[in-house]
Amino acid sequence: MWLLAELTFACPVQCPYCSNPLELSASRKNELSTEEWISVLRQARKLGAVQLGFSGGEPLVRTDLEELVIEAKSLGFYINLITSSIGLTAEKITKLKKAGLGHIQISFQGSNRESNKLLGGTDSFDHKIAMTKEVIKQELALGLNFVLHRQNLHQVGEFLIMAQSLGAEFVELANCQYYGWGLHNREHLLPSQEQLIEAERVTNEFREKYKGHMDVFFVAPDYYDDRPKKCSNGWGSTFMTVNPEGEVLPCQAAKVIPGLEFPNVRDHSLTHIWRDSDLFNRFRGTEWMKEPCKSCPEKEIDLGGCRCQALLLTGDASNADPVCSLSPHHDEVLRITEKAQRPFQEEETRQLLFRNPGNAKKLTLEKPELANRVNLDDSGQLQN
Amino acid sequence: MRNLFPMSEFNLESASFKLNPRYQFQWEEAQQCHVLLYPEGLIKLSASAAEILQRCQQPTSTAILIDELEKVFAGAEGLADDVREFLADAQQKAWVVAASE
Repeated sequence: MWLLAELTFACPVQCPYCSNPLELSASRKNELSTEEWISVLRQARKLGAVQLGFSGGEPLVRTDLEELVIEAKSLGFYINLITSSIGLTAEKITKLKKAGLGHIQISFQGSNRESNKLLGGTDSFDHKIAMTKEVIKQELALGLNFVLHRQNLHQVGEFLIMAQSLGAEFVELANCQYYGWGLHNREHLLPSQEQLIEAERVTNEFREKYKGHMDVFFVAPDYYDDRPKKCSNGWGSTFMTVNPEGEVLPCQAAKVIPGLEFPNVRDHSLTHIWRDSDLFNRFRGTEWMKEPCKSCPEKEIDLGGCRCQALLLTGDASNADPVCSLSPHHDEVLRITEKAQRPFQEEETRQLLFRNPGNAKKLTLEKPELANRVNLDDSGQLQN
Repeated sequence: MRNLFPMSEFNLESASFKLNPRYQFQWEEAQQCHVLLYPEGLIKLSASAAEILQRCQQPTSTAILIDELEKVFAGAEGLADDVREFLADAQQKAWVVAASE
């Protein structure tokens, strides 16, 4: 079992593909305290969780991170830190390693200084490189994460060469998913099939060349598959996300689903939330399914796919994930991908809305409904 | 499964080696077995694998391991061959690396 601890929504990076909600909490005063997080860690470990991810926002913003790592390690967690590396220093790496951190994942927004700044909104490329080298030097397991979309897919080759020359052991090339800010920016993030095929070709060529030295994991955008991916390995089966204010979610994006109540660790025990809450039981297993999933011979394989995607594209979270070619709403996915079959042009970057408090405020003022739920018009388009 | 860490080149018969420090080795109550933890994953270990890896937490060698295990499991047949076979596999998977690393 996995616990993802989102320590804070605060983040110095402004990724336009962020899956966090559009309404950024303006203040940090409702964040869980150190003691509350320690209690969450203890309860999760008792429930059988062994993998722990500290993420955010940017987890390094929390001044108690080292203390939380020490506690987590003493409980027997394997600890992953998912970071932009902003706020990291050589000394901090030493301290976190000593505290028991197992693995650092550093994300890149672009494969060179200019594009990393352009697509992430921070001038952080040189620092990321320096920290990557430092993590390797200090012999901590390191993963590099490059979030892909139509504006940087052509950089895959350059990124892999950079990762290899730095000595990274594994690289995740993850096409971004379309939730939160990513959904808002989807039109300017979703790649064309041609871009995707080319990126996969470059990746495979690279894999062949460096077999046994660097492991490359490529996550394709599921809009181009004809079967959906399981939601977080199955709703309520493996993953539990605790957000900065203590709400517990079966996946990071689940807050977009209306009519669900998110139990809070301030009110209930994790055991109760995991086993008995309406939320975690709502889409667990296959009982909740409608047709075509209900009688589908493949229902155990993908468990109907992603509930949030079903909601966002069909208006009902208990429908089949429309990525599936058997879904009566599959045309909607085809319509979206069809629009993406245009070459990428650099001026498109200006169309992206970057995740920052200013933009969050602007969005909520202009479109208050966006803050709480997603509105779809008749054709299933997001109303902008 | 994916080979997450690069294999370490060393001679299993002559060099000293140790558990790869990038793996976390521990008893896991929920699984009722020893496990190797690594970024985003877990490998369940058989009792005999755990007996060997437990002794690799400090630098050791094939000869020392066989000697120690023969004392603990006196009379176990083919023990030396089993240990050698396991270690060759563990080196391939980078569970053990040269002690100098």
